Amino acid sequence: MRLRSLKIRKVFDLAIKIIAGVSAGIGIVALFWILISVFRHGFKAINWSFFTSLPTPPGMIGGGLANAIVGTLMITVVATLIGVPVGLMAGTYLSEFGSDSSKLVPAIRFFSNVLMGIPSIIVGVFVYTILVRPTGHFSGYAGAVSLAIIMFPVVARTTEDMLTMVPNSLKEAALALGAPRWKVTLQIVFRAARSGLVTGSLLAVARVSGETAPLLFTALNNPYWVFSLNDPTPNLTVTIFNYAMSPYPDWQQQAWGASLLITIGVLLLFILGRAIVRERRY
Amino acid sequence: MRRAKQVAIHRETGSGKGLPEINRVKIAVRNLDFYYGNKIALIDNNINIAENKVTAIIGPSGCGKSTHLRVYNRIYELYRNQYANGEVFLDGQNILSESQDIIDLRRRVGMIFQKPTPFPMTVFENIAYGLRLHYRLGRAEMELRVEKALRAAALWDEVKDMLDHPGTALSGGQQQRICIARAIAVEPEVLLMDEPTSALDPAATAKIEDLITALKAKYTIVIVTHNMQQAARVSDYTAFFYEGHIVEFDHTDIIFTKPKEKQTQDYITGRFG
Repeated sequence: MRLRSLKIRKVFDLAIKIIAGVSAGIGIVALFWILISVFRHGFKAINWSFFTSLPTPPGMIGGGLANAIVGTLMITVVATLIGVPVGLMAGTYLSEFGSDSSKLVPAIRFFSNVLMGIPSIIVGVFVYTILVRPTGHFSGYAGAVSLAIIMFPVVARTTEDMLTMVPNSLKEAALALGAPRWKVTLQIVFRAARSGLVTGSLLAVARVSGETAPLLFTALNNPYWVFSLNDPTPNLTVTIFNYAMSPYPDWQQQAWGASLLITIGVLLLFILGRAIVRERRY
Repeated sequence: MRRAKQVAIHRETGSGKGLPEINRVKIAVRNLDFYYGNKIALIDNNINIAENKVTAIIGPSGCGKSTHLRVYNRIYELYRNQYANGEVFLDGQNILSESQDIIDLRRRVGMIFQKPTPFPMTVFENIAYGLRLHYRLGRAEMELRVEKALRAAALWDEVKDMLDHPGTALSGGQQQRICIARAIAVEPEVLLMDEPTSALDPAATAKIEDLITALKAKYTIVIVTHNMQQAARVSDYTAFFYEGHIVEFDHTDIIFTKPKEKQTQDYITGRFG
């Protein structure tokens, strides 16, 4: 019997290490490239009037995206108010109560996963047909609904995962003490999984805060102050889309600024999510 | 009328055939079978649990000890495909009947688990949680009851300065006594203990065993244990389970000195299991 060559093994080992390292490097380089250019260009656009003024026609000095910032916040808040509770409850059903009716659960889980994979532009077109067409106009509410639909499977999935991780012994202990099932779920299981649930919701918010396609078909955009989500609502992502495609340098500048703002927002949400996970559990 | 009926059941069930004479029967189990799906796990269990005594359940792994215990508070109902057939009388009332209120049953029959299960909240809230489930109490009364429960669980002196600490920050032995305090705070009549010391070190085990001996003045205790010395030390009655059957049930000293069945003898002398 001949021993396998030690040298060849070592060469292979090195080659695989290099390939893996380079692959990881490519991914990270892309990320940092994006981050650096967004920060470099975006910072020039950020000033006081960027946060306080309305958009100006191309060529006019000054102007900002105050309306789009407020509009994005409003749409995101409403989307969160719809998407997170529904997602939480669906995830709770899958993890806690669904096992009583065995056939339904795998089906819901499957379709929820499918929903997660549906391109967001299709969600936008869908909401366009059910909310924008019938009402006859674009609206912030339609935008919020489309974002909520995108959030739902993300929240449902993380909720189910987090609740499944709570040991059965804890549920049994609470039940054995005479707690009804709903109290066990709300007061013990939710509390034990609290940080995971909050993180999942934050990540879902982060996920939709950069969505453009669904808003294009629903909230549209609007260069004025937003007084009601019932009207076409200004928002940062569609503004980026419009401004970046425009031939005017000052609009392009604003688009960079808006990109920076969204990037920082998403970054903060992720950091917040991580910090909550790391918070001591008890 | 209802009282008369209870007495009648008591007379009928109180002296189960072949069971040792017991003065006051707290729990009487008759013809109990238990199923996990199609698989039978308990076969025709009959036993009387004496009031204010400690009854130990021993037997090799998988013999149905825990399964049997988990019928007493119907905790098995959390899971699909688990069924109990037969009768379990608590003070003469069949707790397996449809009309038995499950919340009330679990207030009267508390349970301690193998692994300590403190809730994700402070020490104080851990005890107060159970109290709030069953009683309306003012703040002062609540504090009094929590202290009383912690004292009864021999834990007060160790945790009185850390009531606002998370329950999970305590040691394993302390966590288990938190669970005991939580269970006795709601003033149950029966305490079920499912291998309560198997996750604890010898010192913590000794404390829990002392506690069991102290608690039987007020509660009827049923303890499942892997540890035969523990059964011999803390219990008044012992039941030996094997493959879902109750092979032998008698006074603890009889089980450990002159058992009637050969299987029991083989098990307690360590020849199998």
